[in-house]
Amino acid sequence: MNLLGRLNLDAIWQGPVTAIGQLTVLLSGIAIVGLLFYFKRWKWLWREWLTTVDPKKIGVMYIIVAVAMGLRAFSDALMMRAQQAVASGDNSGFLSSDTYQQVFSAHGSIMIFFMAMGLMFGLFNLIVPLQIRARDVAFPFLNATSFWLFFAGAMLFNTSLLIGGFAATGWLAYPPLSELAYSPGPGVDYWIWGLQIAGIGSLLSGINFFVTILKMRAPGMNLMKMPMFCWSVLGSLVLILFAFPILTATLTMLALDRSLGMHFFTSDFGGNPMMYVNLIWAWGHPEVYILILPAFGIFSEVVATFSRKRLFGYTSMVWAIWAIVVLSFIVWLHHFFTMGAGANVNAFFGIMTMAIAVPTGVKIFNWLFTMYRGRIKFATPMLWFMGFVATFTVGGVAGVIMAIPPADFQLHNSLFLVAHFHTMLIGGVVFGFFAGLIYWFPKIFGFKLNERIGRYAFWCWFFGFLLAFIPLYILGLMGATRRLDGYDASLGWQPLFIVAGVGVLIIGLGIALQALQVIVSIRQRNANLDKTGDPWNGRTLEWATASPSVFYNFARITPVNDRDAWWAEKQVKTPPPKPRYEDIEIPKNTSAALIMAFLAFNFGFGYVWHMYWLSVLCFFGIITCLIIRSLKDEHEYTLPAHDVAKVEAAIRRRYA
Amino acid sequence: MKEEEMASATAESKTVFGFWVYLMTDCVLFASLFATFVVLRNNTYGGPSGQDLFSLSFVLSETIILLVSSFSIGLAWLAAREGNKRPVLSFMALTFLLGLAFLTLEIKEFNHLYQEGNSWRRSGFLSAFFTLVGTHGAHITAGLIWMATMMVLIYRRGIYATNVRRVTMLALFWHFLDVIWIFIFSIVYLMGIIG
Repeated sequence: MNLLGRLNLDAIWQGPVTAIGQLTVLLSGIAIVGLLFYFKRWKWLWREWLTTVDPKKIGVMYIIVAVAMGLRAFSDALMMRAQQAVASGDNSGFLSSDTYQQVFSAHGSIMIFFMAMGLMFGLFNLIVPLQIRARDVAFPFLNATSFWLFFAGAMLFNTSLLIGGFAATGWLAYPPLSELAYSPGPGVDYWIWGLQIAGIGSLLSGINFFVTILKMRAPGMNLMKMPMFCWSVLGSLVLILFAFPILTATLTMLALDRSLGMHFFTSDFGGNPMMYVNLIWAWGHPEVYILILPAFGIFSEVVATFSRKRLFGYTSMVWAIWAIVVLSFIVWLHHFFTMGAGANVNAFFGIMTMAIAVPTGVKIFNWLFTMYRGRIKFATPMLWFMGFVATFTVGGVAGVIMAIPPADFQLHNSLFLVAHFHTMLIGGVVFGFFAGLIYWFPKIFGFKLNERIGRYAFWCWFFGFLLAFIPLYILGLMGATRRLDGYDASLGWQPLFIVAGVGVLIIGLGIALQALQVIVSIRQRNANLDKTGDPWNGRTLEWATASPSVFYNFARITPVNDRDAWWAEKQVKTPPPKPRYEDIEIPKNTSAALIMAFLAFNFGFGYVWHMYWLSVLCFFGIITCLIIRSLKDEHEYTLPAHDVAKVEAAIRRRYA
Repeated sequence: MKEEEMASATAESKTVFGFWVYLMTDCVLFASLFATFVVLRNNTYGGPSGQDLFSLSFVLSETIILLVSSFSIGLAWLAAREGNKRPVLSFMALTFLLGLAFLTLEIKEFNHLYQEGNSWRRSGFLSAFFTLVGTHGAHITAGLIWMATMMVLIYRRGIYATNVRRVTMLALFWHFLDVIWIFIFSIVYLMGIIG
């Protein structure tokens, strides 16, 4: 038996372009390890971060991983734009077809799973408990497990860059192309197990935050008094609970096809590839709403805060969220009108798709009405909101056009589609998460970000985005399909592709400015310290804590009487009564989550390279960890009331 | 209610509610497998169909064993709520044996199909069959491991609030698998035999 399966050293060399990526990954890895040794921070890292179960720290780790993965996927985008800008006529560009396919597959998968989902779960962790005045999430250990599984999945993706190569099958790996017959290499297996492991983490997070929001709100905060961000998160969580099990099942079936010779999605032996396409979109369509709903929630908070007004149309906002949740499950077929399901089926899904524009429109108008006659402060989060309104509306209209089945037959798989969903995902999700990160930055780190550089970054992003994607709409209408690694010179597409490439460079400048913004803000942090805990004159309860908030979030869980609870509490001028503190149960740190995720990573790695002994070993290792963990009863320690009083007094001194 | 009791009641409701939510997600997972099975059930590619392969009496005996085990885990749960250690252990042991018997029968059926050349490689229908029924079997296996762990735990430490909560969730899990099996019995076997 070969202990290494099909793993061999030939798998490392994948061409010069990949080698640059490999060197980057290796050097940054070495740099991180080196810095940890240089500053003697290993113990600190282990105690404070790797074994933590504090959602605020887990949230920060999510965001760090998401940013790193986002940069990797952005470099993929740069390569694609560069390739398409030059690969006209006889010039075949600098990427081989196979590398190019891996690049666009990695770009899409990473951006969705490890950039957008990472930022999203990071913000859930950081903000949701604070907004409902809870001390923690429902299941802290499960939360750490979710994060580390997410991390393991991301690392599996990065490992594919180092050894073996990634899938060349697009971000959703449609069969039969992704079946063993056409993709025998390890790439699709990396894709499957990276997503499977991270996906299970997302599912567990979904359960965790669902229970947190439904069971741990402060007394008096009934559902209709909940901040809009929490409502949008709740909608997103319900989608996660319904959609992610479908992904788990689908990926498992594809894996069984590839490893055990089953015939779910093969083109022979009675398999049905379109079944995969249906299943993956029954997950995939809700997935984009999983991402956009929290972004909507962020905008609701941002607009209300910076307009100094209550959110307009709260109840209609809530209903709009739930309309979107329900509708998002009955539109999946619009991703493949061309399947040939027949006119009636296509008409149904087309109409349902158009119907989604209604609740979305309700939300847009509610935000605009919130601004109407408000005392608006154009801080950077507001700029991102304004940019979002412009781009998202354009993208939405493009979506409604494609919801018309006959039009879709023309636009299907064209760059028009690519431009559409990037308008939604960049103009909607990314702008939303940036607004949220800037808005909550002082709450997370204790100081505000530099506004001026933030504005520059926004304008680079905004115009870069328009330059990068408006040409793609036009190219799509001219007939350019997605995933092209070259085209005929006589088509006359090159100028537009060059413009799109310039647009991406400007976005790159925006990213560089954001990095500069963070560095400058850290250097000037003493000038921008948030000493009040409420730098924006906020409305919701996260601003009722210190910045950054204490590890137990709230010393006292006091009742909530109003929708904008913190705003209402600020209006009461009577001095608060002398606080009486209580003992607080704090979950203990644990390394079990990290260990299980490490085993999960090796399980996936063993599977990818057919080292089945490793997979079996890790599988039983995970079960053993679970049993050992479940045998323990005490996972918390008690922080006595007098210690709470000491911490609180220290905070008051700091802010005095 | 005292503060401690209240805290324990909240933990109870949180954990059990969370477990319910997990069960619902598992339900969606099975729903995906059922949907796939229904789409692929006639894709036999010239191989045997359900009509040729399934024996109603065999499946009925599996079903009865599983239903009885569901009853006995219910009794174990009731006993746990009463705080009686011995009946909890004996009913759990009974459930464990019945679960093991069910699993043995299922493996026997799988092995029989495999030996006759009707493995999961034969056709889309058989792939879907083995995966759907096998996923249920994998859940049963997980349940048995959990049950064995619980029996050791209860034997050593007795019955207390946390353990009652664990037994509650185990019983829920086991009942859930029973419900899934009823669907497998109807959709896979009964519909398969009718053709």
